[in-house]
Amino acid sequence: MTALLEIDELTVRLGDRLVVDRVSLGLDAGDRLGLIGASGSGKSITSLAVLGLLPEGAEVTGSIRLGGTELLGRSDRELSAVRGRRVAMVFQEPRTALDPLMRVGKQIAGPLRRHRGLSRADAAAAAVALAVDVGLPDPERLVRAYPHQLSGGQRQRVGLAIALAGEPELLIADEPTTALDVTVQAEILALLDDLVTRRGTALLFITHDLAVVAQVARRIAVMAAGRIREQGLTEQVLRYPADPATQALLAAARATGFPALTRKRTP
Amino acid sequence: MAVFALRRLALLLVSLLLASVLIFFVLRLLSGDLAQVIAGVQATPEQVEQLRHQLGTDRPLLAQYLGWIGGVLTGDFGRSALSGVGVSAELRQKLTVTGPLVLGSVVLSVLFAVPLGVLAAVLHRRRLGLGITATSQLGIALPTLWVGLVLAIVFAVWLRWLPAQGFPTAGWSRPGRAISSLVLPCLTLALSEGAVLLRFVRSATLGVLSQDFLRTARATGLTRTGALLRHGLRNAALPVVSILGLQIAALIVGAVVVEQVFTLPGVGRMLITDVGNRDLVKVQGEVLLIASAVLVIGFLIDLVHRLVDPRLRVVG
Amino acid sequence: MTGVWRSLGGRIGVVLVGLLLLTALVSLFWAPFDPTFIDPRVPWAAPLTGGHLLGTDGSGRDLFSQILVGSRITAFVAATATAMAGVVGVGLAVLAAVPRRAGGLVGQFIDVLVAFPTILTAMILAAVYGGSVWTAVVAIGIGAGVNVARVTRAEMSSVLGTDYVLAGRAAGASTARIVRRHVLPNVAPVLFVQLSLVLALAVLAEAALSYLGYGTPPPTPSWGRMLQELQQFVTVHPLAVIWPGLAITATVLGLSLLGDALREATDPRLRIARTTHAGAHPVPRPEVLP
Repeated sequence: MTALLEIDELTVRLGDRLVVDRVSLGLDAGDRLGLIGASGSGKSITSLAVLGLLPEGAEVTGSIRLGGTELLGRSDRELSAVRGRRVAMVFQEPRTALDPLMRVGKQIAGPLRRHRGLSRADAAAAAVALAVDVGLPDPERLVRAYPHQLSGGQRQRVGLAIALAGEPELLIADEPTTALDVTVQAEILALLDDLVTRRGTALLFITHDLAVVAQVARRIAVMAAGRIREQGLTEQVLRYPADPATQALLAAARATGFPALTRKRTP
Repeated sequence: MAVFALRRLALLLVSLLLASVLIFFVLRLLSGDLAQVIAGVQATPEQVEQLRHQLGTDRPLLAQYLGWIGGVLTGDFGRSALSGVGVSAELRQKLTVTGPLVLGSVVLSVLFAVPLGVLAAVLHRRRLGLGITATSQLGIALPTLWVGLVLAIVFAVWLRWLPAQGFPTAGWSRPGRAISSLVLPCLTLALSEGAVLLRFVRSATLGVLSQDFLRTARATGLTRTGALLRHGLRNAALPVVSILGLQIAALIVGAVVVEQVFTLPGVGRMLITDVGNRDLVKVQGEVLLIASAVLVIGFLIDLVHRLVDPRLRVVG
Repeated sequence: MTGVWRSLGGRIGVVLVGLLLLTALVSLFWAPFDPTFIDPRVPWAAPLTGGHLLGTDGSGRDLFSQILVGSRITAFVAATATAMAGVVGVGLAVLAAVPRRAGGLVGQFIDVLVAFPTILTAMILAAVYGGSVWTAVVAIGIGAGVNVARVTRAEMSSVLGTDYVLAGRAAGASTARIVRRHVLPNVAPVLFVQLSLVLALAVLAEAALSYLGYGTPPPTPSWGRMLQELQQFVTVHPLAVIWPGLAITATVLGLSLLGDALREATDPRLRIARTTHAGAHPVPRPEVLP
């Protein structure tokens, strides 16, 4: 398997705070990596760095290579050619991630037109098809809805549709279920699982919830205070946690009584 | 939407009524005996009484108010207490100056403030953005009348490109000259009020720039500019539309001062003259006209805002 | 206070406002010439001639002295009108926010009054009472006061809805007590911000009103009226209008910069925002005058 994403010694400074400290990660094509840590561990910043969407004034050093091409230090214009097409992202907060003044169908059709070169009519139809793919109920009607008319789960499905419109090789999911109701979380996770499997997309899944990552990721990397503490196959790391950070996460997960932590998904 | 529009219309009508009541009663109550004021100290009681009857001020206040408002609703703003001439015709004529002045100023100020405000927001850390912001800060501090004077000095006195004062007596039948008379006044208002609008546009755009959905847009491959154009500007326009109502009101009021600076025969200057002459009948009508314009614009802006924001539409 | 000094804007603001206050103070004791002294021998003297720092106007009155003494009127009207706006604003806001049904009516009243431009109020007063310093003060006080009331009322309503207040009411505290002890202190920051804006606008308003003749009558020097007097001769002596305009601009700039700096320094929300993105959102300025 060829290495799709290679992060080497990535360091990010925001102001005078060291947020990401020499992080090194690797992800093969079609593989699934879970990046797990408590809030403030720097995991989201790491993912934003891949897309070049860090807040202004951030100092970044290290290397981020996508299929061999270096991404760090590229201009916004160069990176925008990569975003959506080769790497896409789904965000945590569905309430604010969508343009409140634009119908969701149009928000899905936009990237479809740009990345697949479709006409307006074709893109509209493709948007409906994509809405079906992400399990949006009553897709013909809902694509004409505005974000505030949809539920959180539905908005997140739209977010997935927007991200997958360009048929990227890598999908980064930044805590996609954290802001959702527990019942909806399972649905969205299953959907995500299904989508990346069918399309063979690589997945970088970021979360603070061990139970969630255990279902989705084949490998996990545990992050704390900006550094990677340990990484490896999910089942092994969770069964034989070497680092205190991992142990703390496991203890917290067990305390909430979530069963089947070590149940491994068959890829 | 229709329900909202009707309710808001009712509110407008109530406000207009309230405004007219306020204007009428405040003026009448404060001024005391109008006939006495006009007739002067020398007049005999019989002459004053006769004048009172002529003016209609011997009737009860409420009757006078109803008479006045009834006239206004049919387009008759009464007759000047001093000259006896009808007010409505004069108002209509002056509006041909004030109307274009206000309209031109609105258009110019938007053309000037919106692009610069967006630029100031997008470049808010760079020197150009900071420069624009600082200049607008200065612009807000400049008194409108002084801007007018300085512009008149530069363009009319020194360069002699444009007239410093006045409006052609032939009015709009000589459109070229009419327009050149309005250039400096419109520019004055546009720069002065535009500075305030610029700050709002900047603030609204900054607010939008930090929103999540812009990040989502960029994540789909849009450049910063692309994301701003496709998603950002429309969202930033919302608060600006609300402010636009206030801005237009400020422009209408500013027109009064500007008309004085440039000696334009508009409603504002008419009002100033009438206040000086204590011609209360005319003042009543003119003040009502201006206040009504402000209220109506507020109403229209509310409707537009409602139309444009889909989040408000659903609730109705 | 130190927070104000930290920003460039704040520093400029303090300097300019300090200059105004100093000028007003100094003018109480000294001026190079009597600003009302008409000297037919030196009309339109050029700056720096015959002891006239900025020259003289058409009646031979020293321009510098007029500006110096005029600062007094500016400071007085601005301060008094703002104080009045504060009283009117809080009073109306309380009336609108506190009583249940009558409050809604007062609120409606406020919304109509807000649309009523201050200059029209000034004109109405002038039409009846003639122009004077008090015409300007009252007109600005009412006009700005109504705008202050509108903003403050919203703030008051939200405070009155908090659990804290509801608990107090349930415990039997009288409305007056609640207003005094909870509502007023909590709206104080918002009020403070509004009034700092009003100060700057009051200066602009006073200038415009005096220019139109509804403010300070002659012979007391006033920056706004100076502009009106000097305008008549602008074709032959254009440079004289610079000085009063500069004085007004500097004062308003100083006041608004100071107001902005004070606001940023005292608002805890903005303090956090300041580290992440630039620019506080300006509060919509009350419509006072152009």
